[in-house]
Amino acid sequence: MKKTTLMFQRRARWAFVLFALLLPVSFAGFSAPPVKAAPTELTNVSYDPTRELYEQYNAAFRKFWKNKTGADVTIVQSHGGSGKQARAVIEGNQADVVTLALAYDISAIEKAGLIKKGWQKDFPSNSSPYTSTIVFLVRKGNPKNLKTWGDLAKDGVGVITPNPKTSGGARWNYLAAWAWAQKEYKGDEKAVLDFIGKLFRNVLVLDTGARGSTNTFVRNGQGDVLLAWENEAYLAIAEHKNDFEIVTPDLSILAEPPVAIVDAVVDKRGSRELANAYLDYLYSDEGQRIAGKNHYRPSNPKIAAEFADVFDLKVNLITIDDPLFGGWEKAQTKHFTDGGIFDRIYTR
Amino acid sequence: MRKEVWIPRLLIAVSVLFIGVMLVLPLVVVLAEAFSSGLNAFLRAVTDPYTLKALRLTLTATVAAVLINTLFGLTAAWAVTRFSFRGKGILSTLIDIPFAVSPVIAGLVFILIFGRISPLHPFLDAHDIKVVFAEPGIILATVFVTFPFVARELIPTLEARGTDEEQAAALMGAGFVTIFRRVTFPHIRWALLYSVILCAARAMGEFGAVSVVSGHLRGKTNTLPLHVEILYSEYQFTAAFAVSAILAGAAVLILTARNIVEYLAHKEDDFNVR
Repeated sequence: MKKTTLMFQRRARWAFVLFALLLPVSFAGFSAPPVKAAPTELTNVSYDPTRELYEQYNAAFRKFWKNKTGADVTIVQSHGGSGKQARAVIEGNQADVVTLALAYDISAIEKAGLIKKGWQKDFPSNSSPYTSTIVFLVRKGNPKNLKTWGDLAKDGVGVITPNPKTSGGARWNYLAAWAWAQKEYKGDEKAVLDFIGKLFRNVLVLDTGARGSTNTFVRNGQGDVLLAWENEAYLAIAEHKNDFEIVTPDLSILAEPPVAIVDAVVDKRGSRELANAYLDYLYSDEGQRIAGKNHYRPSNPKIAAEFADVFDLKVNLITIDDPLFGGWEKAQTKHFTDGGIFDRIYTR
Repeated sequence: MRKEVWIPRLLIAVSVLFIGVMLVLPLVVVLAEAFSSGLNAFLRAVTDPYTLKALRLTLTATVAAVLINTLFGLTAAWAVTRFSFRGKGILSTLIDIPFAVSPVIAGLVFILIFGRISPLHPFLDAHDIKVVFAEPGIILATVFVTFPFVARELIPTLEARGTDEEQAAALMGAGFVTIFRRVTFPHIRWALLYSVILCAARAMGEFGAVSVVSGHLRGKTNTLPLHVEILYSEYQFTAAFAVSAILAGAAVLILTARNIVEYLAHKEDDFNVR
């Protein structure tokens, strides 16, 4: 018995030594590629509806970078809900660049100390190479004749929008309606609240996210009008050519999905030059055209004009920084926090 | 008397109906949707480079989970059934934690331990060790959710066998390795194989925990189940169902393997009894 135990112990010790030797090896095998050499890989953490856009853009950029430097570069894409994606970057998802839906989400990364202050001045047009707006997607022929925000509050109109409490896109929907009502009722707060209340009582299904609402309207056939991102609306039309049409209201909101370099990551990886070129090229004529083809409005007015037959460029667009809202932080507190205006009108 | 004729029929009818609606119908729908745009669309989706990379990652995580959990399961089952020590009851309860805890919480825990906000992070960062939002995180999450399978299957088997034969072997001077190889292992090999198969099935399909630690980096940390979700939310229904069909196919293979193992195990048992 004694011999057995001894042998067992010796074996166990060997096993332990072997294990201890293998552990760092296995970790080394998993860890990042060598840091110092010029990086050939770039990670772009983006939000949900930009998949097609960046698929095309990445191909164009690879070609551009190859011509310029002779080097091949791989772009790794990640897509998800904008807020969730920002959270992942804060928790350690190593994005070289982020291209998200709202400045609010990039500010969250800034507050975590990964992006330096003043990032929104690093690239032209508030660091938003493309913009979008909120439009109405209606059934073919517009049977309920919905033209303006006012029409949506009429009796018997079924509205589909996601929940402003959970969805970024839905907040834009709500704020666009709010802006219209403010102008229409000349700032009469009670009339505005009445209108917003009526509009949201017309909502048939309040999904948690934009894609969910699109599916409710398009696939399940619910409601008369879907409040949607312009690019989402065009995507739905591309899927079902003969069933829907887009109505651009006379006044809507200008959504500026911004881009930023994640300083902490690029400084560590030495990929600043590449990351900078990647975001810069979004503003080139080719980058702008790719955005336009994917139903985002190019921020360069000259390229935007090429898409005048697609986008209604005459629509009056109001920004979140308009005194009416006073920026995201203020709008968020006033309208969407618990007990805010949305809670009051929706429970009434 | 009549009652007794009806009861089994009713039970069978309910079971068949239930299995049909809950299991067979979805499988048929998956396959029908996968091929709804023709064989070429299916092949294109299945051979897409991102799908293949997701498949590779899923297989890596599955193999790693099976290896690690087999080792752990054998150790734990052996320890719990062959030795008595303080805290044995607690250990055998702890093994079941992954069955009780929601996988999402498991994923969040790994983020807290290895993520940027963890106290460990400066050390990991200084040594360029990436755990979450990289392959090791995926493997860890998969190992976590599947680790009870092997131990849970082996403990009852070992308990039922008792320790007599091993004690006899030890008295006759057999070493640890010999005892394991010649006495213990032959009794548990079918149970072990069976549990490995279940472990593999669960590892391949894991979604929740992996989704939290993945970061959804396409071509890097995307497993097949995550890839299905991405494709689905991108309106690529055919591709989503085509990739689902790979998973469904793997599940069918695994079930077949399980039945073969069960059959062989029974045959051997019968032989032993005779």
